[in-house]
Amino acid sequence: MSGVFTKSMARNVFYGGSVFFFLLFLGLTFDTVRALPKRDMRHNITPLVAEGKKIWETRNCIGCHTLLGEGAYFAPELGNVVARYGEEGVKAFITSRPADGIPGRRSMPQFNLTERELEAITAFLKHVGTIDTAKWPPNIQG
Amino acid sequence: MQYSSQAVAKPYFVAAIGLFVGQIIFGLIMGLQYVIGDFLFPAIPFNVARMVHTNLLIVWLLFGFMGAAYYLVPEESETELWSPKLAIVLFWVFLAAGVLTVIGYLAVPYATLAKLTGNDLLETMGREFLEQPLPTKLGIVVVALAFLFNITMTVLKGRKTVISSVLLLGLWGLAIFFLFAFYNPVNVVLDKMFWWYVVHLWVEGVWELILGAMLAFVLIKITGVDREVIEKWLYVIITLTLVTGLLGTGHHYFWIGTPEYWQWIGSVFSALEPIPFFALTVFAFNMVNRRRREHPNKAATLWALGTGVMSFLGAGVWGFLHTLAPVNYYTHGSQITAAHGHMAFYGAYVMVNLTMISYAMPLLRGRQANSEKSQVLEMWSFWLMTVSMVFITLFLTAAGILQIWLQRIASDPQPFMVVQDQVALFYWMREWSGVIFLAGLLAYLASFFVGGKPAEARAS
Ligand code: HEM
Ligand code: HEM
Ligand SMILES: [Fe+2]
Repeated sequence: MSGVFTKSMARNVFYGGSVFFFLLFLGLTFDTVRALPKRDMRHNITPLVAEGKKIWETRNCIGCHTLLGEGAYFAPELGNVVARYGEEGVKAFITSRPADGIPGRRSMPQFNLTERELEAITAFLKHVGTIDTAKWPPNIQG
Repeated sequence: MQYSSQAVAKPYFVAAIGLFVGQIIFGLIMGLQYVIGDFLFPAIPFNVARMVHTNLLIVWLLFGFMGAAYYLVPEESETELWSPKLAIVLFWVFLAAGVLTVIGYLAVPYATLAKLTGNDLLETMGREFLEQPLPTKLGIVVVALAFLFNITMTVLKGRKTVISSVLLLGLWGLAIFFLFAFYNPVNVVLDKMFWWYVVHLWVEGVWELILGAMLAFVLIKITGVDREVIEKWLYVIITLTLVTGLLGTGHHYFWIGTPEYWQWIGSVFSALEPIPFFALTVFAFNMVNRRRREHPNKAATLWALGTGVMSFLGAGVWGFLHTLAPVNYYTHGSQITAAHGHMAFYGAYVMVNLTMISYAMPLLRGRQANSEKSQVLEMWSFWLMTVSMVFITLFLTAAGILQIWLQRIASDPQPFMVVQDQVALFYWMREWSGVIFLAGLLAYLASFFVGGKPAEARAS
């Protein structure tokens, strides 16, 4: 990198290239946002699902679990958990966590969710399970 | 140190190192929880330890970046900082916000913290890395804006160099993309999509500009190579970064409900992302080989070279490993992700901060370089931390490969928890490597307290 390729050329390539790719990225973002309604099942987002997302966030579930593969890797994927356990199974699992944990085992907190909150979190997880994820995860184990 | 206002960088560096120690302690707690599941349960559940670990990481890196800016900008601009007082006030505000947030995580259940801090007004909590309560998030914005104002005013009134412009661009980008932390739609797909505007566009976008500027600054100082040459390299590196990294965001849009064309765009562009990291390595070695002086601070030179190599390994090689969509289909959200996350963050952002601190701290303490003895200890800490991080990465990679095989590929896929039990050996080895990492970090701390006659430049 000597002689012919000067610093001011390098600067122009930087600004030109960055602006170009930034605009391209923005354009693709708009296109994606437009295409999402066909994949994200937003018509199924009921007030109960919205409540469930809030339970999901305020209990920091993502701090142990993944959701569609994003989050922590300490506990199982939950994007497909309703398919794995069924709605009743999910609720039973959440309610049956011992407050002091399970000796020697990775333990999930007991959140003391109300009946309504249980309905909500399950509805949320069920909704996430219907999103078109290009066939991820590879199998039911997540 | 050429300008007295550069001294405000010192508390920033000290706080950064202090929080780094906290980060590692919580890392070790989690590492133990991986194998002794109920360790500290229910006092510190895993998710709480994780928030503390990752948020301390982010906060201390930000402390490091700010300290670096306060050190570097006056020298580049050849003028005193616009307002050293503001810098000190912001230091205490940011430290208080950080410490109170961590105390909040540890003292009350997360749901209570959310209620107490106004999450109902604007729901932003409970997303990975963005767990901070609303007042903390607002505090970050206020501190960032006031900091940027201070730095920008300094640059405007002084000499304008490529290094300070690139640094400023990176820092402004950091603040602007953080605003997406306040966007949390009910629609999970949209939520996830724009969450990456913070996370990916930080570490594979604007933070790389900050990294490049910091490294270029230190290289000019320790090698004495002509500024023109170094600045040209810097432009080339950050061009490669943004040209590949912006569309590279697509490697996170494979399986979260976004259109499938991202499998192509994300794979192709993110596969090119290692190039800027490779260029960074070549750059660092090239400049050191072409050095015009023998700077007495050997430790800083080692950190600078290490940043090049380790960021290429962690971000470049381990990133490439799982970035092609057909591979990521199997590795997504596994221990492979954790392996990469560790080496990339360490190799790029931890090491560039330690490079800057290693170079600037002796000057802030009134000498060009530390004593030989102190530097030897610091170089020991370099090797202990770096080699143990390589092993952490290797053990997590081994765990990840087995996990993927048993859980996602084998003809009779097993449940997550059953698989975790079978790979526990690797988690134990990760934990022991983590203990060595902590030992290295303690050696690093100790190196600040080793006295002796400052090393001097030897004629070569
Ligand atoms: C030294 C001992 C360390 C140990 C034992 C340790 C352990 C851990 C554990 C167990 C996790 C959670 C993984 C999960 O979600 O299941 C984690 C996450 C994380 N740690 Fe560490 N850590 C250590 C050091 C570090 C260092 C030095 C850095 C930064 C350079 C770091 C950065 C991170 C990041 C970025 C995450 C989030 C990863 C992701 O989301 O993929 N850790 N760590
Ligand atoms: C210094 C730069 C980088 C840092 C600090 C970094 C850090 C991280 C972290 C912490 C994650 C986990 C995020 C989460 O918790 O969900 C991640 C994910 C990922 N990174 Fe990087 N990264 C860097 C550069 C790269 C590069 C250059 C590539 C590609 C060549 C890459 C490819 C990936 C991929 C494909 C994932 C998604 C993993 C998954 O599907 O689970 N990264 N990175
Ligand atoms: Fe990324």
